[in-house]
Amino acid sequence: MTGEASTPLLKVENLLVAFGRAKAVDGISFDVAPGEMLGLVGESGCGKSTTALALMRLLRDAEIGGTAHLNGVELLGLDEAAMRARRGADVAMIFQDPGTALHPMIRVGDQIVEALTAHLNISRREARKRAIDLLRKVGIAAPEERFSVYPHEMSGGMCQRVVIAMAMACAPRLLLADEPTTALDVTVQAQILELLQGLVREEGMGVILITHDLGVVAGMTDRVAVMYAGAIVEMAATEELFATPLHPYTHGLLRSIPQLDSGWDEPVPTIPGSVQGAELQTGCRFAPRCAKASDACRTPPALREIGENHFVSCWNTP
Amino acid sequence: MTEMLIEAKGLARHYLVGRHRVLRALDGVDLGVARGATLGLVGESGSGKSTLGRTLVGLQKPSLGQVLFEGKDTATPEPSFMARLRRERQIIFQDPSGALNPRMTIGATVMEHLRVQGWSRADAQSQAAAAIEQAGLATSFLSRYPHEISGGQRQRAVIARAISTDPAFIVADEPVSALDVSIRAQIMNLLHQLQRERGLTMLFISHDLSVVAHMCSDVAVMHLGRIVERAPRAALFKTPRHPYTGALLSAIPIPDPVRERQRMRIILKGEVPNPANKPSGCSFHTRCPRATELCHRVDPPLRSIGTEHQIACHHPLE
Repeated sequence: MTGEASTPLLKVENLLVAFGRAKAVDGISFDVAPGEMLGLVGESGCGKSTTALALMRLLRDAEIGGTAHLNGVELLGLDEAAMRARRGADVAMIFQDPGTALHPMIRVGDQIVEALTAHLNISRREARKRAIDLLRKVGIAAPEERFSVYPHEMSGGMCQRVVIAMAMACAPRLLLADEPTTALDVTVQAQILELLQGLVREEGMGVILITHDLGVVAGMTDRVAVMYAGAIVEMAATEELFATPLHPYTHGLLRSIPQLDSGWDEPVPTIPGSVQGAELQTGCRFAPRCAKASDACRTPPALREIGENHFVSCWNTP
Repeated sequence: MTEMLIEAKGLARHYLVGRHRVLRALDGVDLGVARGATLGLVGESGSGKSTLGRTLVGLQKPSLGQVLFEGKDTATPEPSFMARLRRERQIIFQDPSGALNPRMTIGATVMEHLRVQGWSRADAQSQAAAAIEQAGLATSFLSRYPHEISGGQRQRAVIARAISTDPAFIVADEPVSALDVSIRAQIMNLLHQLQRERGLTMLFISHDLSVVAHMCSDVAVMHLGRIVERAPRAALFKTPRHPYTGALLSAIPIPDPVRERQRMRIILKGEVPNPANKPSGCSFHTRCPRATELCHRVDPPLRSIGTEHQIACHHPLE
């Protein structure tokens, strides 16, 4: 399932997002094949969510550069009316906090109906029927009754199921899931991940899964892109990335996760320092925290292909 | 029998919800922490972990039951014992930004903490400097404001405040949950080191079992205001006996794609029950794969099943 073999569903080239002088995303390129789940991981502030919001064209005061082709249509160049027709229909998004993603004063069923009637030319009655089917599909028991409850009457996990139902309403080709389970308990997270995986397999859509949790990435995704301070520093098939991480940051990140079943009394390996603002630096952004840093790192390294479909941006990787 | 530094006996905390409903955030908790030990406290949100932590340090009064410190009741202490209790019991909060006054420098925050406990200005100054260094920050940080430093550094400042009074007992309430992976390991190692060097007794509250595995010698599992299992770390992680513990452990994503895809997972069905409207009998029976008619009727008491292993379950795992 690599992007090379088939035509990519989404092709992002040189995406740049700047808020004034701060470059939140600094020229990243990647693609997503139909049916593929790409994990976008990194720490807070690395540009993961900004990337998703830029693709959805939900950033108002940002300067955006580069291109993003979804099925051949360039999203970043569309006027607002044309984007409006695509948003929800071709590309949909699931947000982290289901509590704020839903309108608190509209019944959950009606919110799904709104998503349906905005894009499809169907009657309200038909939309209601489809909304109930969607609620059933995302695992909500007694969907006819739940159709008319308000978000505050549901648990966080239930609300997230409704948000997923809304995102799936018009069968989008591309789904952007931004930390979809971060606000949930582990037991509920397991339920929601199982649901997402099932739906994606059934519908064959492409997914970008944004998360800081490498455990979630390991279980869900086909490929992973690791971001650091606005740039992709490594990208590879999931199993390859976990087995042979090449970038020092990826390596450090994987080592610094406490393991559930080993090494309890040893100190957890750390990455020294913390993320520096990208605008302050020239050269490799990770260099100040990197044990392998050398003179070469004063020039910014480009993302280059090292193994088959394994990309890394580091001067000191063999 | 090892000496318990702090102990909860039949501890209950009730909140009135609306006019007539009672939410039992703590519903009869018996729990002791031996001097020098680190007890992990895990459970889903709403299980009462934070309420228990806050009650143990005296930030909240129990509705029923007692908190004993060195065997003495803390409910109506003499003034000298009260003063000691304030010094000896400290708490570290989850969100370091919310735990610091944004208009006070780190130094002023730590100094205020010491001054109200009766330290003279000069003593408080040297004590604050010593604490900030022990927390891994240079003394120059004392003159900085919270917004001038990173999240990891803010959590170090909160830790410095907590250790500045030389406490015997610290409640760490999700101290690393708001931090990024690479910073989380740094703070975990710091807490570990302080715990060892100072012989601190700690209650370490977390929803993340892999963090608890690294920090704690013993672990207690809470479900809706009750302790449902308690055991030494190795026993709890290798042979959990309560089905709830088993489900929690199996829900944690493992950051290893090969193992993650092969493992058998217990995914709980249904919803976390509402703490204001608890199920009859065992509060876990609505989600428990092993529940029988007995569990609907009779709430199982916490009982010993080995020298140091306790569970509250009618049908424990083998």
